[in-house]
Amino acid sequence: MEIKRETVGGPSDFRLRQLQARDMLRGDLEGEELEKFVEKSVMTTTVEKAVAWSQGNSIYPMTFGLACCAIEMMSIVGMRVDIARFGWEAFRASPRQADLLILSGRVSVKMAPVIRRIYDQMLEPKWAISMGACCSSMGVFNNYAIVPSDKFMPIDVHVPGCPPRPEALMHGILRLRDKIHGHPPDGWRERYDAVGTEEVLTPEHQRTSEQDAAINVFPGGDTAGA
Amino acid sequence: MPDATGLELTAHELRESVPESVLGTEFHRTRAVLLVSPEHVVSVLQQLHDKGYTFLASLHGVDYYPDEPRLGVLYELMDMHEVDRISVKTRVSTDDANLATATGVFPGAEFPEREVYDMFGVVFDGHPDMRRILMPEDFEGFPQRRDFPVGGEPVLFTYNEETSYGKDQ
Repeated sequence: MEIKRETVGGPSDFRLRQLQARDMLRGDLEGEELEKFVEKSVMTTTVEKAVAWSQGNSIYPMTFGLACCAIEMMSIVGMRVDIARFGWEAFRASPRQADLLILSGRVSVKMAPVIRRIYDQMLEPKWAISMGACCSSMGVFNNYAIVPSDKFMPIDVHVPGCPPRPEALMHGILRLRDKIHGHPPDGWRERYDAVGTEEVLTPEHQRTSEQDAAINVFPGGDTAGA
Repeated sequence: MPDATGLELTAHELRESVPESVLGTEFHRTRAVLLVSPEHVVSVLQQLHDKGYTFLASLHGVDYYPDEPRLGVLYELMDMHEVDRISVKTRVSTDDANLATATGVFPGAEFPEREVYDMFGVVFDGHPDMRRILMPEDFEGFPQRRDFPVGGEPVLFTYNEETSYGKDQ
């Protein structure tokens, strides 16, 4: 069966759909008309994509501040850059309930095993953002007492800055969401030896501009809203 | 602060009760310092405590590399009634970095002494709990000594990814 996708026409089109839906509920639609109606109303996807979509839009970060970056991290739940828009607002005080560990600050040699244990206590699926210069490249505190976070745990997104502005962390969070949705940011496959694991779109599955505008096209990685 | 004369009087008093205890005095920018030999530190502290300097405001270490003896330990005392401060400074070498603990006179010296041990390796004999306080317990060396390397790790950036350590491993 060939699937035809149609763009939204406007208010009249919406009224037409309403009338059609009423007809369908009354049982007046039959045969080819019913087929057409169902094609318009039903969206198909895979379970993986649907799960990834919901995971990426309901991340619970861990309440965990390490240093001065934590101030910037706290401000992203405030109203100026409000991560509640993306469903990330519920900071959890327990690693068992959290999905995301934001390393906000420098990690000392003594703190590293603690962080590793907290990360291990988090339930799969879990992600980690390394925020700021210190826990990515050790920044100005590059001395005997500090350890880069890549040395003891896997990091999904590095957010540079000293400290990063809340907008920068926001950008990192959105990149992580893209990654969860199946659109990994460039470069991580090379870093994690994951070349060859990508899903390849064959030419006949390439999206067209009409598909981009259609309401019921839902490829992995795209989300409604936001 | 005792003025320069007051400092000399204090030093004289201490010398009278404990001979050879005070090696010298410094008076610089209204700050009075008693230079004390390491073996007499506790008795000097006890006497100053009895004189009214009942508050140990700070206890810290210094590395005077390359001077010898290298390590210095400073006790900043305060008289809370007279609002009067005096410093007691002593020097020990790295080969024999041992001092008697001041916890008998000032119980609050426990954590600062642990920190001085952690950072400079001065062992305070008689201390109730002589362990590292900030660095991990298996850390080797004393990081605030000036011959301790700053440390840190080379970080892989785009500009050095061809030449950096990461390529060899």
